[in-house]
Amino acid sequence: MSAQHLHLTLKVWRQKGPRDKGHFDTLQVRDISTDMSFLEMLDVVNEQLTLEGKEPIAFDHDCREGICGTCGAVVNGRPHGALKGTTLCQLHMRHFQNDDVIAIEPFRAMAFKVIKDLAVDRSAFDQVIQAGGYISVNAGGAQDANATPVPQDRAELAMDAAQCIGCGACVAACPNASAMLFVSAKLSQMALLPQGRPEAAQRALAMVRAMDRMGFGNCSNETECEAECPKEINITNIARLNREFFKAGFGSRAK
Amino acid sequence: MLLDGKVPTGPLAEKWDRHRFDLKLVNPANKRKFDIIVVGTGLAGGSAAATLAELGYNVKAFCFQDSPRRAHSIAAQGGINAAKNYPNDGDSIWRLFYDTVKGGDFRAREANVYRLAQVSNHIIDHCVAQGIPFARDYGGLLANRSFGGAQVSRTFYARGQTGQQLLLGAYGSLMRQVAAGKVRMFPRQEMLDVVIVDGHAKGIVTRNLISGQLERHAADAVVLATGGYGNVFFLSTNAMGSNVTAAFRAYRKGALFANPCFTQIHPTCIPVHGTYQSKLTLMSESLRNDGRVWVPKSPGDKRKPSQIPENERDYYLERKYPSFGNLVPRDVASRNAKAQCDKGKGVGETGLAVYLDFADAIARDGQDVIARKYGNLFQMYEKITGDDPYSTPMMIYPAVHYTMGGLWVDYNLMSNIPGLFVIGEANFSDHGANRLGASALMQGLADGYFVLPYTIGGYLSGTSKADVTTSHPAFETSEQEVRAMVDKLLGIGGKRTVDDFHRRLGLIMWEYCGMSRNNAGLEKAQAMIQELRSQFWQDVTVPGSAGDFNQSLERAGRVADFLEFAELMIIDALARQESCGGHFNEGYQTPENEALRNDEAYCHVAAWEYRGSDAAPTFHKEPLTFENVHLSQRSYK
Ligand SMILES: Cc1cc2nc3c(=O)[nH]c(=O)nc-3n(C[C@H](O)[C@H](O)[C@H](O)COP(=O)(O)OP(=O)(O)OC[C@H]3O[C@@H](n4cnc5c(N)ncnc54)[C@H](O)[C@@H]3O)c2cc1C
Ligand code: SF4
Ligand code: FES
Repeated sequence: MSAQHLHLTLKVWRQKGPRDKGHFDTLQVRDISTDMSFLEMLDVVNEQLTLEGKEPIAFDHDCREGICGTCGAVVNGRPHGALKGTTLCQLHMRHFQNDDVIAIEPFRAMAFKVIKDLAVDRSAFDQVIQAGGYISVNAGGAQDANATPVPQDRAELAMDAAQCIGCGACVAACPNASAMLFVSAKLSQMALLPQGRPEAAQRALAMVRAMDRMGFGNCSNETECEAECPKEINITNIARLNREFFKAGFGSRAK
Repeated sequence: MLLDGKVPTGPLAEKWDRHRFDLKLVNPANKRKFDIIVVGTGLAGGSAAATLAELGYNVKAFCFQDSPRRAHSIAAQGGINAAKNYPNDGDSIWRLFYDTVKGGDFRAREANVYRLAQVSNHIIDHCVAQGIPFARDYGGLLANRSFGGAQVSRTFYARGQTGQQLLLGAYGSLMRQVAAGKVRMFPRQEMLDVVIVDGHAKGIVTRNLISGQLERHAADAVVLATGGYGNVFFLSTNAMGSNVTAAFRAYRKGALFANPCFTQIHPTCIPVHGTYQSKLTLMSESLRNDGRVWVPKSPGDKRKPSQIPENERDYYLERKYPSFGNLVPRDVASRNAKAQCDKGKGVGETGLAVYLDFADAIARDGQDVIARKYGNLFQMYEKITGDDPYSTPMMIYPAVHYTMGGLWVDYNLMSNIPGLFVIGEANFSDHGANRLGASALMQGLADGYFVLPYTIGGYLSGTSKADVTTSHPAFETSEQEVRAMVDKLLGIGGKRTVDDFHRRLGLIMWEYCGMSRNNAGLEKAQAMIQELRSQFWQDVTVPGSAGDFNQSLERAGRVADFLEFAELMIIDALARQESCGGHFNEGYQTPENEALRNDEAYCHVAAWEYRGSDAAPTFHKEPLTFENVHLSQRSYK
């Protein structure tokens, strides 16, 4: 692989704060190596802006390895860009062409307010987890880890769901700004494991209610969330959530 | 001054039990009267905050990310050790203890390491109860693998995302306590000072990263769980926000910094490929279980790997270390990779890489099996490099990864400042001069779930409760100092960016204080760092304002601290005239080029006391005594 250099036109969303209206700025950038990641390209732009005495573009990021879920922006209309199963930090410039025009916007949803430029507030996700996205066990009292075997295929399915990085791309992709994929991933992980069963009904009700309360929309099976999810969380998790939710509503005493 | 690690008396295996019995308890009804600040929500801080709240304390938890779930611990790939001996291959608490002490090249405190091995099993039990989807065998029991430098299979894992799963477990427990009203969570806050009243840690000053407001928070004890300082090298496998700021500001307030020169360079990372590069990506060491490391036998061989026949390849680790082969500890593997590249045998465009080849493993086990074990890593490699490791060997090179040094703590994980506790990677305690794979996750969770929650009780019950509020003059002074530094950074208005300085610093550190060091180089680096630091304070430019979401300002503060801290690393490296673990001074090596320790003179922890930005720090020593293991030359032949 040998690197090439691109000239690009960026149309970047700039917004000073939650109350500012925001607008697109057009920037010309040169000499972008195809080996750079998308965020490294933004670093280069920011260095340039700083030296010109302008404010750099605010964007969230931390691990830059696709695991912390901090990064994310809508690139040419697609959350995390067009490459399947990839976070923005792992998207590399070799997937762009010379002279491309790239539009970069924050994740937009009622429940995610813009903080500045591309950085948004996703604390609503934490609040949904607070409603029940855990198993209630205190440190210290657990039995031996091998006391309850878990069939390998179940453990694998639970792990598939557990891979969600909480980035919010599913919400940004959904025409209703629904958080169903995110919620169903956590719920499925817990529902699939024997440890999670005792609280399953309560958890399903509480998390779904919290999701509604936080202003996320309803799921109308648009499936866009699955297509944009960088961890390729499967939409069958939503079906599992629905089953758990109905079971909880009709078949249990959970409130 | 000689430091007292407060190691309990009695036989090694009974110390922790006896100590727990001897520690005074806080009456359950009284726990709710105590407020505890936990800075950091990685494995160490997240687990500690949740557990302290479960016990009944009131906890305030802080992190600089937008959610506690995003702490750097999330990126850990390979796994977590425990002495369960499920595979029946001869493991035991004693063996895990022994391996860890030896792996650390006999520069860790025996009693701490033993305790770590003891509680390791409880961690796995608790994490399974939390619903962490660890890998399992066909029978449904937990699977284990062998990992970096161990000859038994004691590593538990969740695909290549063990840190993520463990952290989400701790995060779940933390969120449960937030819902219960026992933890107040403060995300997007950066701690910029510790507040000390009458010699005790009583609170912190933070900057709200959204509004830029400085905030004061008071408590009965402060726990730092702020991670490692690998980013002093600019390029490292750490997350971009990882920093030394919290630890360094505590150091400025009198906390001792121990063994700062002990840093770990991980052998298997994706090589550097451009000057714009912002970080290095680890390829989990578990890959060394199946991958074979090699270089061409003749220097300057530029053929494609597929065109180099078997007999013209040098599988140098297998050749030099027949019993450990590709699984030698990290420091050994890293230095050997550098040595091959120094001989001109490095591969790739830059010549700073070696091959990690899976062809034999794929031929032996089939592509499916390899994909199941390492699929996500192979995919990540391909995303970054554009090469497919199923069909061509990976190229890897060592990169800065972990810092064994950290704030000095005693057996109770309390620093020399009463009431200031330090856990996880931020302390220096358990890994000596080199950490073994899969033992940082173990340590972070041991500290947070099973050690600190007890020992902090001993402090709280043994100290008369002084209710300090945030209007105390010490808070005022702290806040003013923090504000002055923020204003100073914004006021310089120079011509060079923060990253520009950070990159320069990183290059100096990598060249002179990296995988191998020598006295002349270290002295040169010290002068270069001083020069760079003075340029920084004259010529840096930090755009934006103090009262805003200002990421340049965040970075500027961190880089300012790195610039000062880097010199402390150099001072520590110069003071330690021996080689041990990750600290390799070229002047001290065996005829086979292995690290040559000097136990007579350096079997101690070096702990440094701050004396001012431009003054030399004062050296304190904690002698290390080994009553249970015999100090030997590490051998992995
Ligand atoms: C790529 C990678 C892979 C790894 N793989 C493994 C592995 O397989 N096995 C293993 O055992 N170890 C592994 N390690 C090491 C291990 O992940 C870390 O040592 C460990 O997770 C550190 O945990 P911690 O809780 O101490 O700190 P961190 O997880 O780094 O958390 C630090 C916390 O402190 C907060 N913080 C920091 N500074 C401030 C401040 N000034 N103000 C407020 N908050 C602050 C952060 O927000 C964060 O919440 C790996 C490390 C890396 C880089
Ligand atoms: S489900 Fe996918 S897109 Fe949604 S938060 Fe999780 S990882 Fe992100
Ligand atoms: S920065 Fe962590 S997922 Fe992108």
